[in-house]
Amino acid sequence: MTTTLPPRRPPGPHAPGRATIAARTLRTDRWWLQPAITVAVLVAFIAYSTVRAFENAHYFAEPYISPFYSPCITTACEGSSFPELFTGPSWISPALYILVVPLGFRLTCYYYRKAYYRSFWMSPPACAVAEPHRTYTGETRFPLLFQNVHRYFFYLGLLFNAVLTYDAVLAFRDERGEWFHMGLGTLVLLTNAALLWLYSLSCHSCRHIVGGRLNHFSRHPVRYRLWGWVSALNGRHMQLAWVSLVGVALTDLYVRMLATGAFDDPRFF
Amino acid sequence: MSYDARLRVWRGDASGGDLQDFTVQVNEGEVVLDIIHRLQATQTPDLAVRWNCKAGKCGSCSAEINGRPRLMCLTRMGTFGEEEVVTVTPMRAFPVIRDLVTDVSFNYEKAAQIPPFTPRQRDADGNHRMQQVDVERSQEFRKCIECFLCQDTCHVVRDHEENKPAFAGPRFLMRIAELEMHPLDGVDRRRLAQDHFGLGMCNITKCCSEVCPEGIHITDNALIPLKERVVDRKYDPLTWLGSKIGLRPKD
Repeated sequence: MTTTLPPRRPPGPHAPGRATIAARTLRTDRWWLQPAITVAVLVAFIAYSTVRAFENAHYFAEPYISPFYSPCITTACEGSSFPELFTGPSWISPALYILVVPLGFRLTCYYYRKAYYRSFWMSPPACAVAEPHRTYTGETRFPLLFQNVHRYFFYLGLLFNAVLTYDAVLAFRDERGEWFHMGLGTLVLLTNAALLWLYSLSCHSCRHIVGGRLNHFSRHPVRYRLWGWVSALNGRHMQLAWVSLVGVALTDLYVRMLATGAFDDPRFF
Repeated sequence: MSYDARLRVWRGDASGGDLQDFTVQVNEGEVVLDIIHRLQATQTPDLAVRWNCKAGKCGSCSAEINGRPRLMCLTRMGTFGEEEVVTVTPMRAFPVIRDLVTDVSFNYEKAAQIPPFTPRQRDADGNHRMQQVDVERSQEFRKCIECFLCQDTCHVVRDHEENKPAFAGPRFLMRIAELEMHPLDGVDRRRLAQDHFGLGMCNITKCCSEVCPEGIHITDNALIPLKERVVDRKYDPLTWLGSKIGLRPKD
């Protein structure tokens, strides 16, 4: 006896009983543009940051340190902007010990999740455009269940922001370590630190922690006010995510140019 | 100014159907629903279309226009070029009844499964107390007109019919968020949201927010806050520990 299996449906909105429309989508606009731009920018950033993280050189130009290498925690570090905590093999770049924190923070960020689910995993590539996958379980099981650790990366990210702010303060020195001087690099490091603070504080987990978890705002007026401020920032989370990402790369590039001698830091005073 | 628009409308029922071409007159300021009505009045008297208020408040005329889930009564013909073919289909996430009318009973079944508002104990003086700021978040969600465009566009059920039993969809996860945030509701809905209504399936790609005709920030204000509350309850060991030893009361 032979059994005939029902024909396998193509992925997309094609369940029995629904309107029989073969097209994956009937959208006529350029829905593919946004995911394409996201892929292009993220791939460019990943390529640049990977090269720089493994380069293990040109990340310090007195008094500036690249955000990719800060906090620099091994005895192999150039400069002395942070206490050296241990001696690692010199061939391991100091950046590799620390990049897991900013990487984890951005990887589990609610905005970036939207961005890469759409553009890399195409789940879905755009609204009302069928995804190519036959099954879908979302964030219910390993490994995507671990997206729920976002708040812990947020806490660690705040520590990193404090260190990068400290780096920006140290940048108010000159090449000889004298205080109360300033150059273009000082502004670059300050801007980078400010953008990272804004990005971190606009985070959805931050919004929850400062007040979102409360049901009675009226009993917690201070937290309610904080929640209002964070909510206002949260409305710009996407923009801050992109601007701070580009800001980190440009800051690193600036320090690299100083360290290689390709550019001289204009000093203001 | 009037012009003749080229319209493609899906016609058929659960047994099958196809996109059919029509030419229909369009006058200045008209919306897609006007054109569908003119088509019905002049060429296809048996065309099935669900509509009611024609003002974006009843949520009846949900459809997909050029592939995008929208209300027909809020979509101006002026947003399309005069030479552009405008394609109108029923919502593609639900079974079709006929032409542009779909069976949205999935949504009513999900609504019925949500435990209703359950007031917590009254204060010692016998009153319930809350302030306006306590309910403002929930009030945003009450703007929902139940057009089900968010349910239609959500790929979790749109592209995966098999997920419907396990996933309530953005509209009803938002309802759970509304009750969970309510200062006087006494039910802890966090485990329920994750384990029975499929919050974990949501991958926050925000299509629900994009299509909402009421402009409700479904993802940012309902789904993500609800996810964070679920993390409090299920995945954050410190918060869990704090709640067990009395350091972190729910509110």
